[in-house]
Amino acid sequence: MIPALFVFAYLAVVLYVGIFAFRRSARGQSAEDYFLASRSLGTAVFLFSLFGTNMTAFTILGSSGHAFSNGIVTFGLMASASALIIPLSLFLIGTRLWALGKRFGFMTPVQFFRDRWECGHIGTVIFAVQAALLVPYIIIGVMGGGSTLAAISGGWVPYWLGGALVALVVMGYVFFGGMRGTAWVNTLQTILFLSFGAASLTIIASGMGGFRQAAEEMLRSPATAPLLTRERISPWFFLSYTFIPLSTIAFPHINIFCLTARRVQQFKPTVILYPLCLLAIWLPSVFLGVMANRATAVPSIAAKLEARKVLTAQGSVLPPGERARLRQAAAGDDVIVLLLNHYAPVWLAGLLGAGIMAAVMASDSQILALSTMFTEDVFAFYGGKERFGPAAQVHTGRIFVLGLTAVAYLVALRAPASIFELAVQYAFSGYSSLFPLLVAALFWNGSTKWGALASTLWTVFAVVAVAVFQGAIPAPQFGQPTTVWTLFGAAVLSRTPGGTAVFGLMPVVPMVLISSLLMVAVSFVTRKPSRQTISRYFQQSDPSGRPKGFGLVVSSTN
Amino acid sequence: MRLILTSIVVAVYVLHQDVWFWRNARPLVFGFLPIGLFYHAAFCLLCSAVMMLLVKFAWPLDLDKPASALLPEDEGR
Repeated sequence: MIPALFVFAYLAVVLYVGIFAFRRSARGQSAEDYFLASRSLGTAVFLFSLFGTNMTAFTILGSSGHAFSNGIVTFGLMASASALIIPLSLFLIGTRLWALGKRFGFMTPVQFFRDRWECGHIGTVIFAVQAALLVPYIIIGVMGGGSTLAAISGGWVPYWLGGALVALVVMGYVFFGGMRGTAWVNTLQTILFLSFGAASLTIIASGMGGFRQAAEEMLRSPATAPLLTRERISPWFFLSYTFIPLSTIAFPHINIFCLTARRVQQFKPTVILYPLCLLAIWLPSVFLGVMANRATAVPSIAAKLEARKVLTAQGSVLPPGERARLRQAAAGDDVIVLLLNHYAPVWLAGLLGAGIMAAVMASDSQILALSTMFTEDVFAFYGGKERFGPAAQVHTGRIFVLGLTAVAYLVALRAPASIFELAVQYAFSGYSSLFPLLVAALFWNGSTKWGALASTLWTVFAVVAVAVFQGAIPAPQFGQPTTVWTLFGAAVLSRTPGGTAVFGLMPVVPMVLISSLLMVAVSFVTRKPSRQTISRYFQQSDPSGRPKGFGLVVSSTN
Repeated sequence: MRLILTSIVVAVYVLHQDVWFWRNARPLVFGFLPIGLFYHAAFCLLCSAVMMLLVKFAWPLDLDKPASALLPEDEGR
């Protein structure tokens, strides 16, 4: 119960931060102030809050759980690929989005697309797809809050109450504080979970008597030795995973966050330090997840290992229901909480529990982003702002926050988590598939709204197709993929234990490539935006005024 | 310079695909860190260094100028 008290104290602090941000905001708050903190975030808050916005429950709980089952490959798949792709996309795309937001007053990506491609309803289609891909993320955040609080309190706080508390606190500080409150809370959260990694590594290492012996013992056992290599994963799968971080800059809550910096110079430390922040959080989480395989002194972890052993030995002959139950029992999403509960003193477990809670509560910026998108892309675009005035826009945003959080909570109470966990998986591939829209809008003057529509509709089709495919064909045993379609002896489409493979690659690869191809092909055969619009975005290169082929209106230091 | 920086970024992307440590856990760096994990931790440091190069040598200059300062000359600078 004592660790839960620390978590309650933490929840009270973040709620107060939101209310404090509300008191700091101007009277008669404008939409730009509520949704973008008046584009005024300073260097440290911008770095920490942007990073915190992108770190979710998965960062600590999911990554250690994935590493518990899959080994060190988790770090290469999810952290080090992101260490290159995310800062690079912030450097190339985030800075340009910031500049356009500042120049033309955009507050959402759809506003930019509508202006850049001279479209109205196609923008609404893009909004609807972005929103549909973001909602599961919010629901999973509420679910994570409920189950984490229940785990930290040892069941004293039931799931429904934990979820309600987390939903109320997040709703409170987003409702009152808007972007300013969310950014401050994210900063606090990032500092907490940056401290979390080093602290938990030290404590658990000391509890387990150091990691040298554990690593050697793992290498001696044929069951655990592969977890210290990547031999169970194909290099093609590993390569295709590098397409997943493309989703980050396409997520609305991230690209809206790019608009909040006071100056473009604030991207510099963010771009440079982002890989180091990733390292500081992911390395301890992944390593502890792997080492948990030797923490047999912790009874709940020993039970997980036993379930895995049965699954490996008899999985192929067990009925599907029993296989699913054993998979659930062997899942490692809570191993880090279990390690801390076992090895850390109670007060420290409480502090670290607050750190875990900080990661779990990352749904705040997604709620705010959806609210911003709804008020700007739908309410304001379809005349609400003109009819009811600018003040009504902020009120609408706040009401939307209340409604969305309440719905997310109700859904979290009734629906099984597995559905939304899957939906979040699809969301990453979906947003990666929307990445070509950003690139085309920013860097290719020949792109058109019809190209954008084709890419967006393809994304919807591909996400639904993968979901239907995985729903129709049950997950096979490890190492025995079910091949559904072969061509000249090569497996084209397979169902794997973790999802789907297309030519041995993750579906995200064909999704991104076909989305890019559609953007190019359809743009070539459809009407371009007016010359006036294009000249606002691209340099004029010759006396006839024809726009230069590649590049936004910028110049670089070289 | 743009070509050099692009080549560096491509080379770093290729370095992420470290097939050479695929099946090896040893040596255990510091006695406990498998080489594959250590490599990718070091890769993050390399990414940070590359970002520093990009920021220093390829930072877009005109992004914080207002729109009016960027219009073609005949449209009024």
